[in-house]
Order: sequence, then structure tokens, then C-alpha cells
Amino acid sequence: MFSMNNKEEINLSAYNEVADNHGYIDNLETIPETDVREFVKVGIETDKALRAGTFIQKDSSILHCSRSMEGVEVKGIASALKEHEWLGEYVWRLIPHDKDDITRNMNKVPDQGFFIGIKKGVKAAKPLQTCLHIAKENFSQKVHNIIVAEEDSEIHIIAGCSTSEHLKSGLHIGLSEFYVKKGAVLKYTMIHDWGENVCVRPKTAVHVEEGGVYISNYISLKPVGSIVANPVTYLEKNATARINSVLVAGQGSFMDMGSIVELNAPGARAEIISRAIVAGGTIISRGHLMGKEPGVKGHLECKGLILKNGLLHAIPELSGHTPGVEMSHEAAVGKIDKREIEYLMARGLDEEEAISTIVRGFLNVEIEGLPAELAAKIDQAVKETEKDMM
Amino acid sequence: MLIIEDLKVEVGDTEILQNVNLHVPPGETHILFGPNGSGKTSLMMTIMGFSGYKVTGGKITFKGEDVTYMPIHERARLGIGVLFQRPPTINGLSTRRMVEICAGGKKVDVDALSRTLRFDSFIERDVNHNLSGGEIKRSELLQLSAQQPDLLLLDEPESGVDLESIALLGDSINSLLNRGIKRQSPCHTTIMERTPKSALVITHTGHILDYITADKGQVLYKGKLRCSRNAREILKWIREYGYEECVECSA
Repeated sequence: MFSMNNKEEINLSAYNEVADNHGYIDNLETIPETDVREFVKVGIETDKALRAGTFIQKDSSILHCSRSMEGVEVKGIASALKEHEWLGEYVWRLIPHDKDDITRNMNKVPDQGFFIGIKKGVKAAKPLQTCLHIAKENFSQKVHNIIVAEEDSEIHIIAGCSTSEHLKSGLHIGLSEFYVKKGAVLKYTMIHDWGENVCVRPKTAVHVEEGGVYISNYISLKPVGSIVANPVTYLEKNATARINSVLVAGQGSFMDMGSIVELNAPGARAEIISRAIVAGGTIISRGHLMGKEPGVKGHLECKGLILKNGLLHAIPELSGHTPGVEMSHEAAVGKIDKREIEYLMARGLDEEEAISTIVRGFLNVEIEGLPAELAAKIDQAVKETEKDMM
Repeated sequence: MLIIEDLKVEVGDTEILQNVNLHVPPGETHILFGPNGSGKTSLMMTIMGFSGYKVTGGKITFKGEDVTYMPIHERARLGIGVLFQRPPTINGLSTRRMVEICAGGKKVDVDALSRTLRFDSFIERDVNHNLSGGEIKRSELLQLSAQQPDLLLLDEPESGVDLESIALLGDSINSLLNRGIKRQSPCHTTIMERTPKSALVITHTGHILDYITADKGQVLYKGKLRCSRNAREILKWIREYGYEECVECSA
């Protein structure tokens, strides 16, 4: 019943390419309540004071775009490309346009999506937020996002993706090219909340220069039709990447998620950690560390729980291309250990409470830099997920 | 407090406890001696109701209630608490949160408790993650201090603990049992007014007897309770003649 059937093949022409213009809202705080409810689920704050900047795209319209600090730029990609001639060099540099059918289907000159630039040495104390939302039934949202974190800059971006509650079908293709320059730190936390029949095909590539740090947190707890993503991170000398993902595949969800990190120069460090729960769906959890130079270090951890019927396929890969690389992995797939349940019951929890405590703990990957309010929201989402699973 | 009558238990298809009769009255601490594989831990797991221990005969009564087939959590809520010898790690659950769970909604000063048990530097760590033998025991005692059971089942509390920590451990167990003299009011009358709790302590080496006061000792040998008398006397016999002689004497 559950298989690693190839859901990668999607019929691009089956989706609508045109959506209404939703207009532009100047003030973040005046976004209609119905929209706010959808955005909040993926970490969006409507209090401008809490964010360094905001970008919200609904279908193909930029609903709102603003920034609240100097040295940080956030814009629609189309206008950013018009304004900055140099930006063209960053487009299609990490992901070739002719890579596959999906990339070929994207516009050569991006017209949807965002550009975020952080100037040299600027350290944003507050996170910047983006939201890509699909509201129109069967709409195909195609975005191309570029982030350039200049030398010694620092920023945390909370990127939410969601669909309207009533939406049944849709397609999201997100091409993302991130550039983390020398000594810069980019934290990127993605929270996905898709509809049950929505297909998602993100393609992400990240280049981290000497001494730079890239931290990616990916959280998807709600049912999704299918998602296939295998982002690639290229690390230069003494660069670090930490990739965390928390996945829950409910009834009918298909997730083929992975991460490839190329450790291309001495001193590069990488850690890929994934926690996956299958409760009626399929998760293929991939991870691949490639050690290409001596003196690189990497660890891959892939843990999965099968709570209800489903398939959980962990594929951890390590490839060393030279002596002097140090890489390890651990993978475990199974059910909740009865000893753990009974241990908690001996402390007074009933069986259901014990299971939900273990599940919450299992999903509790420490996400560095996660704002408290977002952590609380994730905790709430985990609770809701448990209710669905019980 | 705890009455076990003609208890028979199987694990898989093997009978591991045969007609066990045991009575731990309120306020008494009983010591359960026995060689490896004699069924001591199985008896404790059966009292708590763990899966895999099938009661094929007999009865367990706690505080007058028949708990033989009661779910684990109901026994815990009724007042039975276990100090596990090798408890599992619970990833992502901090010890602090676990202690709060043990308190079952009662207010508990986790920081003060953890300082007393010298566990404050591990309190945010996942339950039982990367702890030494002694640290595991302190974590278990910390949880029990919040749980405040009326009957403590202590499975080899001294195993894997260094000498210095045994004293602290004994001290904490006494405090949990409302017995002993350390860290309690210096006024003897006050101590006497506090109702002592009951305990069943499994020990292999008997070291713990230097720190806690036992009211009675029993020997479990090949699935049967063979001897019941002063715990220190039993220990002397075992040290002198070994378990077999001790069992023969009582036969």
C-alpha cells in the first residue's frame, strides 16, 4: 500500500498560472483577519516591532513588503533585479536553468519571489519574515528567491509557506539560491503548512564562503499532498552547516526530503539531523554528506517513528573522496519503545499521555535562535498533530 | 500496606515466581536479598504491573485494594513508586519537566530538590541521557521526591554508585521514607510524629544497609521466598556461607 512511488512526476500544465491581483497593503497591522489567521500558523508576526522586515506574497501578488532596520533589504525579486544590476549574477548561479523540467519551466528572468540582502557587517537582532501563501484553488505558485548575506553579516529569516484552509489543490515551486559570504551567519527557519493535496517542489542551493555559517530548520507537521526536496549546500574553508528537519506525515502525505552537503575545503563542518514521524503517510528521509577535502567533519542523524501504518525509508549516505575526512551517521526507524511508555506510566501518566510526551520529546530538536513565540506555536502544532494521530 | 499472596508469575513460558507471600506493613522497610536471576527485579516489576510479567496465580493488595491487574499509572497514582536500576533515556524530555510530571500537578520546587540531590547541573538534560550510574540514581530519587509515593520499590539503589554518593543516596532515601536523622528537624519528637513510609529494597551487596534502617529481610531464591528475619543477620549469613547455605538453613 505504501511505497516509494515516484511522485516527482507532476503535470505542470494541470495547474492555473493566473491568479487575481490581491492588491498591496501598506501597513502590516491592517492585513485582514482571515489572512492573518493563515499567516500566523507559519510564524508570521503582525507586530512590525518584532521583525527586521517582512515579505508576504499571496498567490502571485506581493501583499506586503517592508523593513524596519537599516542595512537589511527586502523586496520582490522583479523590482530588486531592476534596481540592482549586479543581482543578475546571482540568479541561476547555483541552480542551472536547464537542470530539469521544473527549472526549465521557470522564467529565465524571475518575476515572483523575494530578494533579501544583508549589508556587510550588519547584524540583525530581530528575525526577518517571509510568507508565501496560496489562496487560489489549483494555482501554481512559482517563486525564485535570492538571499545575499554579505561578509560578517548575521540574520535569522523565518520563512513560512502555507495554503488557505479551504484550498484543496495547488502547486508550489520555490527556487532558492542563498549566498552566505565570508564570516556571515544565515539562519533560515522554514515552517510549512500545506493543504492535503498540494504538491510542493522546492529547489534550494546554498553557498557558504570561508568561516560562514548556515543553519537551516525545516518544520512540516501538517498533511501535504506531496513534497520532494533535496537542497544542496556547498561549504568552503571553515564554513559550517547545520540542517535540522522535523517531519510528520499524516494520512496520505508523501514526503521525499533530504539534504546534501558538499564539504569542499578543509575545516568545513556539517550536521544533518532529521526527525520523522509517519502516521498514515510516507517519508523518505535522505541525507548525504560528501567529504571532498581532508580535515572536514560531518555527522548525519536520521531518526524515525512509525506510529500508524505508513512507510519510513531512511537513506543516510556518506561519501569520502579523499583520506582525512571524518564523517559518521546514525539512523533508527521503529516504534516507540514500550519501556519508555511504561517508565512514564510508573510516574503517573496514563498510556496516551505517556505516548504524547514521548512524541513531543522526539520532535523537540533544539532549534537554535528560534523565537520563543514561534517555539510555543510549534509546540501547539505538535499537540494538534498528536490529537490527529491518536 | 502491601500484601502479596501466593503470587505466581511467568515471563514468556517460564515460571519465574512461585507462590510468593510477602507482607510489608505501613512504615516498614523490607530488604529483598537474592542472587542474580532469582526473580527480585521480576517481583518488583510485577508489583508495578509492567508488561511481560504475567500473573498466573495469587493476588497483590496495596492499601486494601486489589491491584493485581491494575494499569501501571493507576498503581503509581495510588502511591507506589519505583527507583529503576536501568531506566530508559527519553529524548527531548528534560529532567525538569519529568520531575514536574512526577509531581502530578502538585507544586514542586524543582531547583531546590535538585540542589539537595546535587543534580542541579543536569536538570535541563534529557531524562537519563549520558548519566553515570550515580547520576541515574540521583535522577530517580529526584523524580521520586516529587512523586512522594507511600511505598517505594528500590531496585539495587547502590549499584554503580561510588562510596561518597552512597551516603547521599541513603540520606535521600531516608528523607523520602521520613526516617533517619539527617536533613530533618533536630527535634526527635517531630520526627517521631511523621509517619514513616514503606519500602521494599532489592540489594545484591547489602551496602545500602549501612545507610538505611531495615525492619526485616527476606531472601528470594530460584523464584521462591525462603527466609524472613532480621536483614543484617541475613546479610551476615550470606556473606559467610553464600545463598545456598542461607536457604538450606531456613528450609
